[in-house]
Amino acid sequence: MWLSTNAAAGAIAGQFLSVFPNSDSMQLMRPLSICETDSSSAPGKIRLVYRVVGKGTEEFSHLSEHDSVVIIGPNGNGFFAPVKEKIGPDTRALLIGGGIGIPPMVELAKQLKCSVVTVAGYRSRNDMFLTKELEREGELVIATDDGSFGHLGTVTDAIEQNDIDADIIFACGPKPMLKAVAALSQKRGIPAYISMEERMACGIGACLSCVTPSSDIDDHSKVKNKRVCVDGPVFPASEVRL
Amino acid sequence: MIDMSVNIAQVVLKNPVMTASGTFGSGVEYSEFVDLNKLGAVVTKGVSLTPWPGNPTPRIAETYGGMLNAIGLQNPGIDTFIERDLRFLSDFDTVIIVNVCGKTVEEYVEVVERLADTNADMLEINVSCPNVKEGAIAFGQDPQALAHITREIRKKARQPVIMKLSPNVSDIALMAKVCEDNGADAVSLINTITGMKIDVKRRTFVLANKTGGLSGRAIKPVAVRMVYQAANAVKIPVIGMGGIATAEDALEFIMAGAAAVAVGAANFTDPYTTLKVIDGIGQYMTDNNVTDIKELIGCVWKEEFL
Ligand SMILES: Cc1cc2nc3c(=O)[nH]c(=O)nc-3n(C[C@H](O)[C@H](O)[C@H](O)COP(=O)(O)OP(=O)(O)OC[C@H]3O[C@@H](n4cnc5c(N)ncnc54)[C@H](O)[C@@H]3O)c2cc1C
Ligand SMILES: Cc1cc2nc3c(=O)[nH]c(=O)nc-3n(C[C@H](O)[C@H](O)[C@H](O)COP(=O)(O)O)c2cc1C
Ligand code: FES
Repeated sequence: MWLSTNAAAGAIAGQFLSVFPNSDSMQLMRPLSICETDSSSAPGKIRLVYRVVGKGTEEFSHLSEHDSVVIIGPNGNGFFAPVKEKIGPDTRALLIGGGIGIPPMVELAKQLKCSVVTVAGYRSRNDMFLTKELEREGELVIATDDGSFGHLGTVTDAIEQNDIDADIIFACGPKPMLKAVAALSQKRGIPAYISMEERMACGIGACLSCVTPSSDIDDHSKVKNKRVCVDGPVFPASEVRL
Repeated sequence: MIDMSVNIAQVVLKNPVMTASGTFGSGVEYSEFVDLNKLGAVVTKGVSLTPWPGNPTPRIAETYGGMLNAIGLQNPGIDTFIERDLRFLSDFDTVIIVNVCGKTVEEYVEVVERLADTNADMLEINVSCPNVKEGAIAFGQDPQALAHITREIRKKARQPVIMKLSPNVSDIALMAKVCEDNGADAVSLINTITGMKIDVKRRTFVLANKTGGLSGRAIKPVAVRMVYQAANAVKIPVIGMGGIATAEDALEFIMAGAAAVAVGAANFTDPYTTLKVIDGIGQYMTDNNVTDIKELIGCVWKEEFL
């Protein structure tokens, strides 16, 4: 869905919006990644792409044009904040998205001013989405679990088989995929930045629901537990324990 | 003019609405939404002697009209808290209530002593967190242990002491009375109600901790009943919380006998909730010609009102 909102201006790829369901039965917001932004006209627009998995996303799927929905955001650090390497025009960026981790890759590919290869993993041909958008922004390689389209296997299989080389990796997807990406990053010596998912209540850093174990001491509690909602969702793969 | 101020153990709050511990951090994050100067008090997240890492995730789960949490009192420890969080709050014209937790009576007492010369206006002693294995709730469920810890803390505390009670007991009036008899200046209730959620698709517990504390709208009737019972049992002020999301909810607690109220999980649903509750109470008073909020405290049962 596209939202008309002034939160679009200045939003960074990898940031998310807290989207609030209307029903009184639901106490908590739903975090959804920014998939695309459009600031060509005021106030600007943000596109969210989500899978219906439960009550909240079900409610959102019934919104129609001109309905309004309460949001807070953009929240989180986004893909560029933790990056320690310089990204120049000659940098080769490898974007890896798995399933519902694919949406933020569209805005990231748009915001990167360098060569971009995206590897997207889906369950099967019938589950594919956002492929047109990703092709528009660079080279796209597809892997499916059942081999019904593109490479048979995981995104990391597809990278190995295609011998894709890169200077920097950005990834978002399910935990097993992130683990494989972290291993690949270590093996090949390519720095990787990964977007993490955790259950959230406040979405702004106050409640400590959404922590992820980290290798260094966190700013908030000094206990090696970083808050995904404000310290992340994007972390250097070497700094989180998956 | 309406008077919304209330007095808790000689500390005057400009209105009866405060934040519930653990749902508002130390106010830093929420100050982007809420002018902290407008709040009756800010109650900070539980703080212990040393940094605590808390529980593994998932730490929260949504339930019908509420949520379960098992944060496990992650906090940076008292030293960082005093230097950073209390310093931040010193810029605001609001009452500061520091929520204290520990594993042993000695740990609680040491935290209380460290707070003696700070800008903390009151102490709220959390003897009711259901999510940590040692300390905390054990003190809140056994009347003798509760009497002991209340006494020890009262001896050393420089500020008024609020004992925060657990609803996971059979006789809440007795627990409130034990606190009063051992020197507590006020009691606050309720902390969360122990609960559980199962993921039937994956056939697992939803929370890594298996059990968690239920809060939010779903628990309000239980909380109102307990506040009523506690307020009937003691003369010290009772602070009410549990599922408050609107001014009407807050007024229920006040009429049941609460001298002040706290907003918890509703901050997550709408970060402006505290301000809306304050405005709504003011509106109710204006509409009903109530000039002093104290006329509403316990008004459904106190003889002076009937
Ligand atoms: C930073 C971030 C970005 C995300 N971006 C996207 C996106 O772009 N597209 C998309 O489809 N999904 C995304 N998700 C996952 C999305 O938040 C959940 O699918 C959604 O909250 C489910 O809500 P529900 O009410 O439909 O499901 P329910 O199962 O009914 O939700 C119950 C509770 O669990 C929480 N929850 C359930 N699944 C998840 C999950 N996977 N991650 C975090 N919380 C969860 C909900 O927020 C809610 O509080 C993202 C998650 C995070 C943390
Ligand atoms: C995420 C979360 C964290 C909490 N942390 C604390 C805490 O550190 N100390 C404490 O005394 N109570 C804590 N509580 C309990 C609340 O202060 C409050 O007593 C309870 O949630 C009931 O109020 P509510 O229904 O308005 O949330 C916490 C509650 C939640 C939801
Ligand atoms: S969701 Fe509250 S701290 Fe991250």
